[in-house]
Amino acid sequence: MADETPKPSELLAKLDHRPPATGWMDTPVEIRKGMYCYAANPKSVKALGLPNARQWNPLDDDWKLPDNWQQILHEGFKERLEKFRTFKVFMDICVRCGACADKCHFFIGTGDPKNMPVLRAELLRSVYRNDFTTFGRILGRLGGARPMTMNVLKEWWYYMFQCTECRRCSVFCPYGIDTAEITIMGRELLNLLGLNIDWIATPVANCYRTGNHLGIQPHAFKDMIDFFCDDIEEITGIRPNPQFNKKGADILFITPSGDVFADPGTYTCMGYLMLFHFLQEKYGFDITWSTYASEGGNFGFFTSHEVMKRLNAKMYLEAKRLGVKWILGGECGHMWRVIHQYMDTMNGPADFLEEPVNPVTGTKFENAKSTKMVHIAEFTADLIKHGKLDLDPSRNDNKIITFHDSCNPARGMGMFEEPRYVIRNVANHFYEMPANTIRENTFCCGSGAGLNAGENMELRMAGGLPRANAVKYVHEKFGVNMLACICAIDRAALPTSMEYWVPEMDVTGLHELVANALILPGEKQRETDLRGEPLPGMEDADE
Amino acid sequence: MNDKKYILGGLLIFIVLFAFPFWFNLGKAAPAPNPVLSEKAKAAGKCVMPTEFMRAEHMKLLGMWRRSVVRHAKREFINPEGKQYTMSLQNTCLNCHDNKAKFCDKCHDYASVDVYCWDCHIDKSKGEE
Amino acid sequence: MNKNYLVSLLAVIGLFVIAWVGSAIGLKWLFGIVIPYAALVVFVAGVWRKVMGWARSPVPFRIPTTCGQQKTMPWIKQAAIENPSTKGGVFVRMLLEILAFRSLFRNTRMKMREGKLSYNLEIFLWVGALAFHYAFLTTLVRHLRFFTEPIPSWVSLIEKVDSFFRVEIMYDPIHFGLPGIYVSGLVLLAAVTYLFLRRLFVRPVRYISLASDYFPLFLIMGIALTGIFMRYFTKVDITSIKELTMGLVTFHWSIPEGIGNLFFVHLFFVSVLLAYFPFSKLMHMGGVFLSPTRNLTANTREVRHVNPWNYPVKVHTYEAYEDEFREKMIEAGLPVEKMPEPKPEEPKEEKE
Repeated sequence: MADETPKPSELLAKLDHRPPATGWMDTPVEIRKGMYCYAANPKSVKALGLPNARQWNPLDDDWKLPDNWQQILHEGFKERLEKFRTFKVFMDICVRCGACADKCHFFIGTGDPKNMPVLRAELLRSVYRNDFTTFGRILGRLGGARPMTMNVLKEWWYYMFQCTECRRCSVFCPYGIDTAEITIMGRELLNLLGLNIDWIATPVANCYRTGNHLGIQPHAFKDMIDFFCDDIEEITGIRPNPQFNKKGADILFITPSGDVFADPGTYTCMGYLMLFHFLQEKYGFDITWSTYASEGGNFGFFTSHEVMKRLNAKMYLEAKRLGVKWILGGECGHMWRVIHQYMDTMNGPADFLEEPVNPVTGTKFENAKSTKMVHIAEFTADLIKHGKLDLDPSRNDNKIITFHDSCNPARGMGMFEEPRYVIRNVANHFYEMPANTIRENTFCCGSGAGLNAGENMELRMAGGLPRANAVKYVHEKFGVNMLACICAIDRAALPTSMEYWVPEMDVTGLHELVANALILPGEKQRETDLRGEPLPGMEDADE
Repeated sequence: MNDKKYILGGLLIFIVLFAFPFWFNLGKAAPAPNPVLSEKAKAAGKCVMPTEFMRAEHMKLLGMWRRSVVRHAKREFINPEGKQYTMSLQNTCLNCHDNKAKFCDKCHDYASVDVYCWDCHIDKSKGEE
Repeated sequence: MNKNYLVSLLAVIGLFVIAWVGSAIGLKWLFGIVIPYAALVVFVAGVWRKVMGWARSPVPFRIPTTCGQQKTMPWIKQAAIENPSTKGGVFVRMLLEILAFRSLFRNTRMKMREGKLSYNLEIFLWVGALAFHYAFLTTLVRHLRFFTEPIPSWVSLIEKVDSFFRVEIMYDPIHFGLPGIYVSGLVLLAAVTYLFLRRLFVRPVRYISLASDYFPLFLIMGIALTGIFMRYFTKVDITSIKELTMGLVTFHWSIPEGIGNLFFVHLFFVSVLLAYFPFSKLMHMGGVFLSPTRNLTANTREVRHVNPWNYPVKVHTYEAYEDEFREKMIEAGLPVEKMPEPKPEEPKEEKE
């Protein structure tokens, strides 16, 4: 963590939710260190052929924009109003009731009034009124309108990248105004001028070329999975035998590459491997990984609808090439927003696939019969319900677990019961966080939507405050020591946020817990869990 | 997805509902009410207060009369012209305006004003008719 | 006192003066006939234009905000309304949203004490909003007694229910309550006052409020106040007023004698509100029906949604990928489509 990041106590001490005395239109934006992400590397912007690739610095006065940048924005705005009813309606109907104001984790954590969802949207609306409404043009500032200036543009940039598109405000809005939609449009417009951040642009470029955000090339991808197999063999005595790019496999498996790359996601990845191995041994389950479609996540979603489509296309292309029956998706948040609400529309229809049926239980996944992609939590819950897994939940007894609903599976999908059902069956100690902070009211980890960089640590920790606060509550009340989630960005972001706010808390993916409890056929007596920590009752085994 | 026809339908329903007064009254003559003054009233020429006042505020006057009579047993009313009347609906008001249906009800029905005078008082005109 | 609030207040006071003076100098036909018609035309045409403008933009993606358990396996209970997978579910969801302000009912207030956050039910905004809208609706409906002849029984019924409570204060200095109290009018005034005070005193709400948030509040306050004044205090000859209003809806115009200036102010306020409506945030009345995060089914993996402007995009094909990494893939034992030729051809161009 960067040294300049204020300590938790300092951050709390300066947290003030009272708005300043000057009106928001009169408060110029101050792009502050620790709160913004570095500008996109021109190479990454060029890799996808996106406009205005150049070296630039958000702190500079000159952002090296094309001369007609205002015109580009105006026309881009107009085009999007004509293409998206959401955008058009949301520009018109907000009554500024303020119900959304204190629902945003960034407002709660920073106290910056422009992080109130309503004001984030007003940043765009003020320009909309000026450019596209008669009243706005006539009344000007009095009508809440203002022309597009460099200062407004900087404000847009600063605050469009202080929103994680978590949609919590949209739950509370009486008209369902979705700030994620506003931010998506805002970022699309900014991308017309080449104003992306590097933490998004570079993963996108990587994903385009190598198939995953981290730029892992095919041989390395296989190597990394092999390492996990080594670890699994060491712990259980059993070596899984994953298949790659296998034509004619039953099912294609796609998960975020973050799970292949960094702890604690890697343990979740080991969990998938063990589950698939178990099913393969016992039921002849036939699943393949892909190195070409080796990314479940989609940072294109944080760039523009078009880039999202360009990256997402690989899933169906690869499924078609390999001739699988359907696709199984790993634990990831925004990946599932894209799959659940966009993929079929963008890149479907997937008529070359079959309606997904669980080969082990025979369950038809009716709810996925058009998109033909099933979430692994749905899949595993179905297996457990049919008694197809051999489980020893006591192996997770030293973990006192709570579950963090990731924003996108919560508010862009509604997957609440499946992961809970799985946890309750693979572990014995599970406690919920307070009701206003879970399920559809869940709080973002604070680092979603491409904001998981290192340079904006203060922003991330501030945004993570509400989630951490609820975790701290169950930590103190029930002794919870393990925060489970079903999102790769959570697994990357929450450990940092927990270390900052609730130091004794570990973070785990759902399938790490499953794998700990799962009894592989012929396995040796396990002494440790996947992390190499002693299992309950095995603490003295080594000595 | 083409939902334009649903939106159009919804919009038309709204406008039709909104225009309710226009089509509801179509073809109906809605003449202003014409309360009939009895011969006695015509002969008197004026009411206890000026006509303008009576048209808009008679309910207030009646309310004050009621309070004065019931609470304080005071039955004298002297109008600004100095003329004295007995505060009594039956004996003063209805003395001139002797037909409820042809006088009171005309405007009250027109404006949908439901009064409770007749919960206690007797509509004399009815008995006579 | 901030500028947004002051400007709106002055604007409404200005409108009051215009209508009062206008009717006092004999422009009653202007304020009683011409302006109401003009306002009505602007309202209908404006609402039409706005809503059809929204309808012209397609809904490219189905992105409902899911506020409950999705439909998956039969043994997991779906939240059929909060995460609807059927049209019926959507219908109920929209009904609750429009008639009961479902989402606003979720409102909480965040509090922070000694570094601890809490979120408690904050029901006042919901109560205030419900009270305001239903009082407004009731007021509107019972005004039909001025626009229909004979008066339909359901209008009289609503009016009777509305005037159920009888409060009469009859003293020499103050007379109030005759003829009958309309609860809706008083609730409307109270609710609109609450909504205004909230904007004024809740700091974040004041911070986000624009002049266009205060203006309709003051205007509606003006409408309610003038109405209440006419009914309970200054008194007007409602038979004459009904003559005027009936003239408007039957196109037999007349301006009867003896209608006070206050009535023309009342009518002018209503006209201004009507004309202002389509160009303002008040269009949330139409927009609430059209919000794609609420009015669509959430079974997006079950039924494909079609985007009318979906266009082909440039993707990085598997062939291009394999061409770049073929050697490494073979070395790692990964299957490939094409074994390398002695002289590998140039990496293929990315195709559409």
